[in-house]
Amino acid sequence: MPINIDKEIEGSFQIIGGNFVNAGEASTQLKLLLSKLGVDEEIIRRTAIATFEAEMNVIIYAAAGRMHYHITQQGISIKVDDMGPGIEDIGLAMQEGYSTAPDWVREMGWGAGMGLPNMKKNSDIFKIDSVVGEGTTIEMFINFP
Amino acid sequence: MKLSDFVGELSLEINTCKDGLQREITGVYVSDLLSDVMANSKAGDVWITLQTHLNIVAVAGMKDLAGIIIVGGRKPPEDTRQKAEAEKITIMTTPMPAFEAAGRMYQKLKQQG
Ligand SMILES: Nc1ncnc2c1ncn2[C@@H]1O[C@H](COP(=O)(O)OP(=O)(O)OP(=O)(O)O)[C@@H](O)[C@H]1O
Ligand SMILES: [Mg+2]
Repeated sequence: MPINIDKEIEGSFQIIGGNFVNAGEASTQLKLLLSKLGVDEEIIRRTAIATFEAEMNVIIYAAAGRMHYHITQQGISIKVDDMGPGIEDIGLAMQEGYSTAPDWVREMGWGAGMGLPNMKKNSDIFKIDSVVGEGTTIEMFINFP
Repeated sequence: MKLSDFVGELSLEINTCKDGLQREITGVYVSDLLSDVMANSKAGDVWITLQTHLNIVAVAGMKDLAGIIIVGGRKPPEDTRQKAEAEKITIMTTPMPAFEAAGRMYQKLKQQG
């Protein structure tokens, strides 16, 4: 399906750590934008999963972060970076089931250790970079069909 | 089938967004892990869970779920209900445990073919 994007669209959202009340706000805004642009349903579905998981991780683990999106004729690129504790062992963190979420976060139903694997599965390109004590950056690209 | 077809069968109490009862449902997903629901539920599913925290509303919205059934007689707190009304997510509660609620829905959906 051809997508009607004459010019590239980009923007960003602030994400505040610990703000569970507004969790999903950034991902929801992006999803609405993609729907308005007439983007393929399956692409929207994959983007929704990937961005929501990234947004949740900022809320759960970091003090603050930002989600930046850039939509072109080719696809959607998303960058989520945060000021947080960083990840010591990225290989471990990428394993399904690995989680350091505290009990009170697990009680809400988070902490299955599925977020990062979900992001990877739903994007065509996935990159993660993290510096302990500084923060984490996730870059994802989802191709249009 | 619609959500309204299950109200009697599951002794559902409608907590939020009554309009959603008329929505067609395509399936059911049972889980208490939010990232699992993000990964494996499908648009149009009814979600059976014991979670009541307000992030269930965001998950249901992101995945275009038909509604949420909270089991075991648990009730959604006020902030969850407010968010669900604002985002037009139907939340229902049942005194039944997840096993029984899912089993009854499975039967009814299977009969219908
Ligand atoms: N932005 C981040 N900053 C710091 N640590 C992170 C960040 N994102 C992930 N991690 C670490 O990686 C682990 C795995 O993350 P992942 O999202 O896969 O699972 P989770 O958040 O623990 O559970 P789920 O996403 O299933 O609710 C986390 O428990 C945490 O230790
Ligand atoms: Mg996570």
